[in-house]
Amino acid sequence: MSATVAAFNASQERIVVEYLSVSGIDRKTILATAGGDPPDVAGVWVQNLASWADASALTPLDELMQERGISPSEFSSRFEAAYADAMHYDGHIYAVIATPASLALHWNKGAFRAAGLDPDRPPTSIAELYELSRRLIRRDPASGELTQVGFLPQDPGWWPWAFPRYFGGDLQGPDGAITYDSVPANVESMRWVESYTQLYGADALQRFAAGFGPFGSPQFPFFRGSTTMVFQGVWLNNYLRQYAPNLDYGVAAWPAVHAGEPPFTIVEGDMLVIPRGSKHPREAWEFLDYVSSSNAQAQSFEELRGLELTCFLQEKNSPLRVWSPYFSQHHPHPFISVFRELARSPRAYHAPAMGVWQEYQREINIAFDKVRLGQSAPEPAMHYAQERIAQSWRKHRQALARQGGAQPVQGAP
Amino acid sequence: MKRKDWRALATGLAFSAPWIVGFSAFLAYPVLASLFYSFCDYSILQRPVFIGLGNYRELLHDEVFWLSLRNTLFYAAFSVPLGVLSSLALALLLHLPLRGRAFFRALFYLPSIVPVVASSMLWLWIFNGQYGLLNWLLRPVCAWFGSTPPAWLADPAWAKPALVLMSLWGAGNSMLIYLAGLGDVPQELYESAAIDGAGTWRRFWHITLPAISPVLYFNVIMGIIGALQVFTQVFVVAGGAGGNANPLEGSPARSTLFYSIYLFSTAFFDLRMGYASALAWVLFLLVALLTLLARHIAGGRVHYSA
Repeated sequence: MSATVAAFNASQERIVVEYLSVSGIDRKTILATAGGDPPDVAGVWVQNLASWADASALTPLDELMQERGISPSEFSSRFEAAYADAMHYDGHIYAVIATPASLALHWNKGAFRAAGLDPDRPPTSIAELYELSRRLIRRDPASGELTQVGFLPQDPGWWPWAFPRYFGGDLQGPDGAITYDSVPANVESMRWVESYTQLYGADALQRFAAGFGPFGSPQFPFFRGSTTMVFQGVWLNNYLRQYAPNLDYGVAAWPAVHAGEPPFTIVEGDMLVIPRGSKHPREAWEFLDYVSSSNAQAQSFEELRGLELTCFLQEKNSPLRVWSPYFSQHHPHPFISVFRELARSPRAYHAPAMGVWQEYQREINIAFDKVRLGQSAPEPAMHYAQERIAQSWRKHRQALARQGGAQPVQGAP
Repeated sequence: MKRKDWRALATGLAFSAPWIVGFSAFLAYPVLASLFYSFCDYSILQRPVFIGLGNYRELLHDEVFWLSLRNTLFYAAFSVPLGVLSSLALALLLHLPLRGRAFFRALFYLPSIVPVVASSMLWLWIFNGQYGLLNWLLRPVCAWFGSTPPAWLADPAWAKPALVLMSLWGAGNSMLIYLAGLGDVPQELYESAAIDGAGTWRRFWHITLPAISPVLYFNVIMGIIGALQVFTQVFVVAGGAGGNANPLEGSPARSTLFYSIYLFSTAFFDLRMGYASALAWVLFLLVALLTLLARHIAGGRVHYSA
């Protein structure tokens, strides 16, 4: 991002952007905004967008872009549909994507070879994923403890909310109602999670997973070869280079749940917003416009601009519909085309845009934990989560009404 | 007042002003503001709306509030007595005229000056279910009984006991206070008791313990307050236990969701500052209640020297 900021500063003489890399950006931005002294531009996670917009903490970008002669629909059309949708909330554009990602299946070719499997043939259905997982199980001959498994839903465990959508379910009804435990596909997805606990054994799995380290450490199970198939983002290649440079791996679409359906993926992104109370909103928009644009004719690295420059340096897929010749032909990620195709799929989804998404996600994670640990069957765990989320959702809408705002009914994408 | 007195008052106030301003702006105002916000629907980003006792009523029906309270009380119920016993035992041992006493005193105190985050990272490795030092020691012992050691932080049943064990790491701090108390016990009392034929246990029970009772009382009270507010080590350990661990969820499966963590996530992640303020005031009342209870139980058993 600092390179993109430097390029913007060099591209004109009126505006100077100072780039500050800080930790805990979400909480710091909230406090600065509440205190009336926010930065002109701030980075947020996609999942924060709705709750911040509900709290009137963000400046809608529609008017700012219109002032510069860009219509919101024209701006949105620059992006693949899933990314464009992630920037919208309640009929407005509140953010631009700064660093995008999509998720794909990564598999360990070496482990496939060792198990006598075709290393160039990843699973294409969830039945195959399960069967390959069974065949990839390795145990310590002396103790019988697990030493290697195939796919494990809890690895890395960041997107338990995605599994209902993966199975064709939905987390919110068209009327905005919470539908976590009432949509059959959602429950089916949790039974699928449970099937892996049963495959490996709850106790054995717990002991095995107790040695997993966090992402970005050499103890991360896929880096060590403890898990051999994982759903991960485009960023994984950067980490593999650092922590497991000799790992021979491949990237493919998520195995299909139902035959013949378009490929599924999750799109994510760090977003840039203009907090409420920004002292230079127009200049901030000018910067955001630059960051979210590109030079579609770029033939060399020096000609890369805006989003393509950021994504090239971060080795990520560009969220833009059009990729320049240099970006697509010289991209450093060996599997970038897979991520691009997945992000273009009609089944590419982002986290639901709703003001209580943090709480929703947390309750889903707890239900997921209970099921994967063998503490609960899927239905009661999901029902408990449903009750809590529905209550949070009611209170959130009540709070919005108290502030005199409209009660948003924002369906999941 | 005479002019001279007014001048003395003004001088006194001027010298106290930094403290008065600091106390008013950074302690008194936030405390009073949080009391007001506890009666409001307040997201921090919008104006507070007064809702009376709404937040407190909601607390009564919030299962996660009760769960976090149970988790915290479990932690306090075990970590405080164990902490008192271990630090007192260490102090008694290191009060004896042993060779290398000063070295061991320094050794046991050292963990107290290690930053909490650093020591928590260390404990993450000790408790690692597969490669941890603790299970490396326990594995042969458990194998002898035909079982396996627990997965500690990855197991909802063992995560809290692991945190209790970890709390003993800081026993050196209390040990030092006990040592100071032990040093103040009049030697002539021990000499008289010895002449009267009192054994080690009777000397401890009838002389040492009453004499250090104010120190013991202080450590118990501070222990209760610290245990009910425990945050940093839980946040680091519950969030760093690998895989999909998340401290805000009290991973695994809310087994390590302590009161202050729930308060923090409610305030800064769910943006429900009013509800979080109510949580903070309930915690304050709980600490005050338990302190009063400890005072009541201690009653006439705490002996202050004249």
